[in-house]
Order: sequence, then C-alpha cells, then structure tokens
Amino acid sequence: MTRLIHLFLVFSLLSVLAVGGGTAVLPEMQHMTVHTFHWLTDAQFRNIYSLGQVAPGPNMLMVLVIGYKLAGWAGMVVVGIGFFLPDCIITLFVNRWWVHLGGWPWRTSIQRGLAPVAIGLMTSGTYAIARLSIINVQTLAIGVVVFAILLWRHVNPGVLVLVGGAVYLLLR
Amino acid sequence: MREEGWLDDEGFLGAMEISETLPGLNAVNMAIIMGDNLRGLAGAAVSVIGMLLPGSIVVMVLGILYQSNHDNPDVKRFLLGIAAAAVGLLSAVTLQIGRRQFRQLPDIAIIALTFLAVSFLKLPLFAVLLGMGPISVWLYRPHISKPRAEDEHLPFHRGERHHLFRH
Repeated sequence: MTRLIHLFLVFSLLSVLAVGGGTAVLPEMQHMTVHTFHWLTDAQFRNIYSLGQVAPGPNMLMVLVIGYKLAGWAGMVVVGIGFFLPDCIITLFVNRWWVHLGGWPWRTSIQRGLAPVAIGLMTSGTYAIARLSIINVQTLAIGVVVFAILLWRHVNPGVLVLVGGAVYLLLR
Repeated sequence: MREEGWLDDEGFLGAMEISETLPGLNAVNMAIIMGDNLRGLAGAAVSVIGMLLPGSIVVMVLGILYQSNHDNPDVKRFLLGIAAAAVGLLSAVTLQIGRRQFRQLPDIAIIALTFLAVSFLKLPLFAVLLGMGPISVWLYRPHISKPRAEDEHLPFHRGERHHLFRH
C-alpha cells in the first residue's frame, strides 16, 4: 500500500512537471525511480524505456510497465492515472480558459519564455538516455546514423528504432 | 482531422500552441483539446482513451514478455540497441522542435542553463522550472517585446509541419 501511494505521488508529480513533454521528465523519473526509491536499476530503467519506443502511441506509456513491475496490475493502474490524469485535467481547464486570455499580453510571454526551458529539459532527457545507452562504438554509431537519417528524410521513427535494436543484436 | 471536417488548420494550430505550453505529452494534450472542442468532456475522455489504449495494451504485452525474459542476453542487446537508436531519434526531435530557439539568444542561453542545471548540477526538476521558468518568461515580458512576426518564437510556428512532430 505504501508503495502504491509512493508510486502515485511520484508519477503525478512528474506529470505536473512535464513542461516539454515526456522526454523533459526522463532525468527526474530516472533519478526518482533509480536513486531515490531504488525501485529499478539504471539498466532496467533503460530497458523499460526501450519497450515504450517499440509500442505504438506515446512512448511514455512505458511508465505503465514500471508500475506493473513494481506493484503488479494495481501498480500499473496507479501509475497510469498518476502520470496522465493531472495533465489531462490541467489541459481541459486551460483549454476552456485560453480564449479569454487572448488579449492578455503575458500569454505570448509565457509561450515564448517556456519554449527554451522546455527544449533545455528535452536536451537533458536525451542526454540521460545517451548516458545509459551509448556505451561503446557500436551504440554510438547506431545513435549517430539514426540521427543523420532523420535529418535527411522522413522515415518512420518506430521502424528505425526497431532496426537499430536488430542491428545491435546482430553485431555481436 | 481535416478529412473528417472536424477541425480547420487554424483550430489545429491553436490546439498545438496550448499543448506545447502546458505540461504533459503533446499528443495527449492535443487529444484532450480536440475532443473537448468537439464534444465537451465526454469527447475529451473518449479521445484520450483512444489515443492511449492501443499503445497501453501493446506496451503491457511487451512488459510482461520482458519480465519473463529479462535475463536473456539477446533481449538485453536488442533493447540496448533500441535505446541507442532512440538517442538519435530524441536528438533529431529536440533539434527540430527547437529549431528557432537553437538559433537565437537569449534562448540558447536559457537552453544551456536549463541543461546544465538538470544534467550536471542535478538540481530537482521543480527547482529548475521555478527558477528558469520565471526568468525566461521575464526576458520575454510584454513591454520590451518589439513588434515581431506574430509567432516568430513559438516552437510550432504557423508554417509547414514537420514529420517529427508526433514527439
């Protein structure tokens, strides 16, 4: 029970702090689940993150697997509600309010001001996954090639990521 | 959306603006806004469930398979390769979303400071947001902003969409 409460509190906090989306909270999520609560090892966190990359839809759905691993089906439900519901409620309220803020000059200031913060956080999220996964020349090459391909042209990112996994598997 | 006649481009971009600024996954926020605008609370609920349910089922199937195979060296290698590929993907997405911000001061400074604070100083996220958020918003406070193209600084400008936007 204590664990369920902790899971709920941690993931609802992450939900509210997720300015810039899922990638932006990855460092904090890793810190809390690995270092603060010792729920997962770095490798487990990385592997579960990879599962999210393979599934369709938002890759942050991987939080459900974290919940399931730690507290079974109840853990999955608690983490799912904690991570998604607060943001949904905030968005619902702000959406209904947004039109009334149209003439408010700070609305644009907030949008402009939060954008670089969100991008800085996304950079940190990318760096956090890089620290866990770029461990040798092969993994570095996979990351660089995927990056170059995506800048070059439109390829389905899900397929590309799967190919990355398959290539590393075959490189042994 | 356009094909179904649910939303025009203006409505889509307006929803995008809100989704980007608020916390939460952009795709989920978009689903809430579009559902709410079309059918109110019920519409928002249905569209979020529609967005999350299929992926939830797949990720849980994978999660359960992972639980019983997590010691398999091939599984470990495969997942490590995926994570390495994801780094390339996340880098491309971050660069794409931030393509305006990465080109101009003071945004570059804000990005760099935020990154340092989280990744090297290891400050808690709430502290970084409470610190950098107000500073950055203050830099763009209304009375100093010169008249500019209306959406010049927004991460999603009113122009062509990029294929990476789903992240």
